[in-house]
Amino acid sequence: MSNRIDVKKTYKLYINGAFPRTESGRTYEVKSAKGAFIANPCLASRKDLRDAVVAARAAHSGWNRATAYNRGQILYRIAEMLEGRRAQFVDEIMQVTGVTKVKAEKELTDSVDRLVWYAGWTDKIASLSGSTNPVAGPFYNFTIPESMGVVAAIAPETPSLLGLIDAVAPIITSGNTVVVLASTKAPLSAMTFAEVLATSDLPHGVINILTGKKEEIAPWMASHMDIDAMDISGLPAKQHAEIKVAGAENLKRIHSFKSADPGRIIAFMEAKTVWHPIGL
Amino acid sequence: MSFEYAPAPESRAVVSIKPKYGHFIGGKFVAGSKHFPTINPATEEVLSQIALAGKAEVDAAVKAARKAYVSTWSKMSGKERGKYLYRIARIMQERAREFAVLETLDNGKPIRESRDTDIPLAAAHFFYHAGWADKLEYAGLGTSPKPLGVAGQIIPWNFPLLMLAWKVAPALAAGNTVVLKPAESTSLTALLFAQVCQQAELPAGVVNIVTGDGSTGSLIVNHPGIDKIAFTGSTEVGKIIARAVAPTKKSVTLELGGKAANIVFDDAPIDETVEGIVNGIFFNQGHVCCAGSRLLLQENVAEEVLHKLKNRMEKIRVGDPMDKNTDVGAINSKEQLAKITELAAAGDAEGAERWSPTCNLPTKGFWFAPTIFTGVTQAHRIAREEIFGPVLSVLTFRTPQEAIEKANNTPFGLSAGIWSEKGSRTLWASQQLRAGVIWANTFNKFDPTSPFGGYKESGWGREGGRHGLSAYLKGVSHE
Amino acid sequence: MSFYGLVDGSDASLKSYLNNLSGVDQVGAEARAAMLATRSIKTTSKRWAIETAITMVDLTTLEGADTPGKVKALCTKAVRPDPTDSTVPSVGAVCVYNDMVSVARTHLDLIGGQHVPVAAVSTAFPSGRASMPVKIQDTQDAIDAGAAEIDMVIDRGAFLAGRYIDVFNEIVQIKEVCGDKAHLKVIFETGELVTYDNVRKASFLAMAAGADFIKTSTGKVVPAATPPVVLVMLEAVRDFYEMTNTRIGVKPAGGIRTTKDAIKQLVLVNETVGPDWLNPKLFRIGASALLNDLLMQRMKLDEGYYSSPQYVTMD
Repeated sequence: MSNRIDVKKTYKLYINGAFPRTESGRTYEVKSAKGAFIANPCLASRKDLRDAVVAARAAHSGWNRATAYNRGQILYRIAEMLEGRRAQFVDEIMQVTGVTKVKAEKELTDSVDRLVWYAGWTDKIASLSGSTNPVAGPFYNFTIPESMGVVAAIAPETPSLLGLIDAVAPIITSGNTVVVLASTKAPLSAMTFAEVLATSDLPHGVINILTGKKEEIAPWMASHMDIDAMDISGLPAKQHAEIKVAGAENLKRIHSFKSADPGRIIAFMEAKTVWHPIGL
Repeated sequence: MSFEYAPAPESRAVVSIKPKYGHFIGGKFVAGSKHFPTINPATEEVLSQIALAGKAEVDAAVKAARKAYVSTWSKMSGKERGKYLYRIARIMQERAREFAVLETLDNGKPIRESRDTDIPLAAAHFFYHAGWADKLEYAGLGTSPKPLGVAGQIIPWNFPLLMLAWKVAPALAAGNTVVLKPAESTSLTALLFAQVCQQAELPAGVVNIVTGDGSTGSLIVNHPGIDKIAFTGSTEVGKIIARAVAPTKKSVTLELGGKAANIVFDDAPIDETVEGIVNGIFFNQGHVCCAGSRLLLQENVAEEVLHKLKNRMEKIRVGDPMDKNTDVGAINSKEQLAKITELAAAGDAEGAERWSPTCNLPTKGFWFAPTIFTGVTQAHRIAREEIFGPVLSVLTFRTPQEAIEKANNTPFGLSAGIWSEKGSRTLWASQQLRAGVIWANTFNKFDPTSPFGGYKESGWGREGGRHGLSAYLKGVSHE
Repeated sequence: MSFYGLVDGSDASLKSYLNNLSGVDQVGAEARAAMLATRSIKTTSKRWAIETAITMVDLTTLEGADTPGKVKALCTKAVRPDPTDSTVPSVGAVCVYNDMVSVARTHLDLIGGQHVPVAAVSTAFPSGRASMPVKIQDTQDAIDAGAAEIDMVIDRGAFLAGRYIDVFNEIVQIKEVCGDKAHLKVIFETGELVTYDNVRKASFLAMAAGADFIKTSTGKVVPAATPPVVLVMLEAVRDFYEMTNTRIGVKPAGGIRTTKDAIKQLVLVNETVGPDWLNPKLFRIGASALLNDLLMQRMKLDEGYYSSPQYVTMD
């Protein structure tokens, strides 16, 4: 039996497919449920957010143009990669949040299955929320749902992994790209999840993950004119009004949700209706 | 000086074909009792011996499917069923090359088609339906639609693995178990698929594969233990099946023959149109139910289009299906070759003008050169009967209305093509055409999300898309 | 003046002719090009294709920083691409800016490269934004210096603004300057024309105006010589041949870097216009890095193992 010193992970941000440190140089402490020091994840700044939005915007046109089949394949691969690394996530969740192994394992199971569920939506959501419309005239009229662009999301404090997945997966299913602020108290699963993303053929910039404080980052998300929509499920209800006021400047579509259902996907899509005459 | 392409054969090494096969029942490979040979139609080489399932084997398969349905599959959540289908899709993608080579050897279609079209679409079909398994409440059939039970599925020889995917994937996604019979001349990829089911650890009896001929199919159709029949094949057999199940409670979907009109208007994008005409009838040697077998040319551009079509046909490479540069492969069987030859002779006899480019056809195997008949009218046999080979009948029309009338003047209604750069006319024509699949400025395009099936005598029901699910589910009130 | 009886030289007749051409369906054209890209060219046919492609390369340097030294090195490479293997044929031409033509021609003649023509880019290449007298002088200078081929650019601004007759007349005038001293290639800059319909129109316009070759791009704009664009141009050349019995050449330029890319181009030619075009009189490839990849692939076929850039000269 040796007293081997283990090599501890450095937790950085995930922007544009790479793992940069915060430009602010700041970190904060994450302690275990028992109060022991675990890590110093980055305390992201508004400039990190700015950079993440640039990456997300650049990634949007390619991700949006990818076939629904391709997006589904990638989401499924994310599930494959996560399944293969269950143990690591279970340990991390138990360490940081103090939950039992059984509970942590359940969160992993639900997380993988949730990703698989969203993977199956990419090529079906259009059949549900699109339509041909029988207008009263010689026109072919159809409604296609399309992605909006860049969506900012605030993940809930808990569950730290499943909550993050519910924050990002429905957004990217339809072709949006996302910048998400992870749980503040339990950010480590999010950053380990970024490693899963980095090995899943997900194009750079489609998902960007920041760790830091909601009160610092959320207002900058709300006021950013190149963010098209927000998912504020992770923000306490009393802060919603202020975010919506700030978001009104570019009429952001701002939503929050209680659970996973296809409405979460449709909420971040725009319906486009086209008229075309039918005639010789 | 010319640019001759040296032979570019795909290697056979990736497949290993057993000298003899049995059936896949209850999750195991079981020996067959009687056998018949399956050959490579390009060379007439015997590839293997395939088992002929009789009453005992069909009974065993239905029993295994019922047991699996009652004890396992109908109790399993859609979420878990879906994950089995994802596994199957993944393994098919992994073993794609093996499937492609096997399909080409058994069917005679070019390796480029198996590799680039058949196999990827088959895997995509499983991928798509995997995602429906836990979303059935959104299929438009009510909040909790139910599966039908045990499905008996009989598929044709023209797209063996793809037709298997079109049948098995939605059936399983919807919660049914299946007994599937591949076509007698093309059973090998179905038997390889059985191996994939084992690798995916699919519960025993959910998929059962019994091989055989028309008699085996008949046993399945008439088996009292089967709740639903799905058949793809000729209209003639489809009617036999419809009559057989009429007095029973079985539901049935049929995907039958076609004699599609491919309509070319004078403002069509001409070079791409010629490609589309060629794809429409010579892709897969014309063994396609939805083939564009009647070319309807607007009379004022007929000469120009035919001239370009003939020039283009000179470049079609007919030959060894295992060569990566082959465009058109072998006719699937001696019987099919005889049918094509007979109908083509009828074309000559009825006064149509036959033309083929010069082709060096191999001496062994079953081959038919790509052929067009001009001067065809609606009254000719080659304008009415499905040839199911690389033979195109060319007719003309003067006005759009006349095109539609001629296109619709058939008991079939599977597919149609429209070539024009005018959007309103394309939409108008698609509105008028009595066909279940309409391609505009393209042809023979398939996708798991896109429903496929025919009007009139081309069949009942649709496969693929949200619409295709209703074949395997029942709403509350449907009897 | 060559109008081949297609247009009478008037604006109205040219517009009417071009606007009545059949359209090109983007999805269909790209699908056809993609299918032809799956052709598997191996062994003897690959060897033949590589050898032929080498003879079709217009070895090019078009940099602001070009010096006589750089141009001379290019010429040496053009005549003898592999100093260790004299069986490698010379390339199709050397392509330079017009003020380097004289350097190139002199050096080629010095080293036994009399058979390698010098092509000069002309008419305010690459933008084409200059007055007509300047463009004419540009061309004349190049011919006087020894250029046997002129690669001119069309006025894309005029084309996109619908002034087809101006584009047409410019080509006619440059062709007059070339006379029988030089063949004329007309560059479309397909990346700026954007649609395949425009590429088809530009092809017929240029051929009716007297182009000897139609060329995709300057190499300064992306996308350049994509397979579908070349396919559309080859189809136009095929149709033109049927109408007038005249064979016009095609030159893709820009973005063709590997042997695989070059072979795809040859397959396009073979299956669109046919083998009569598979020689440097009717098909050229504007490239620089391509040559070394062709040499390495040729070595691999002859020797049986993969080569390395160390075994080919950088210039």
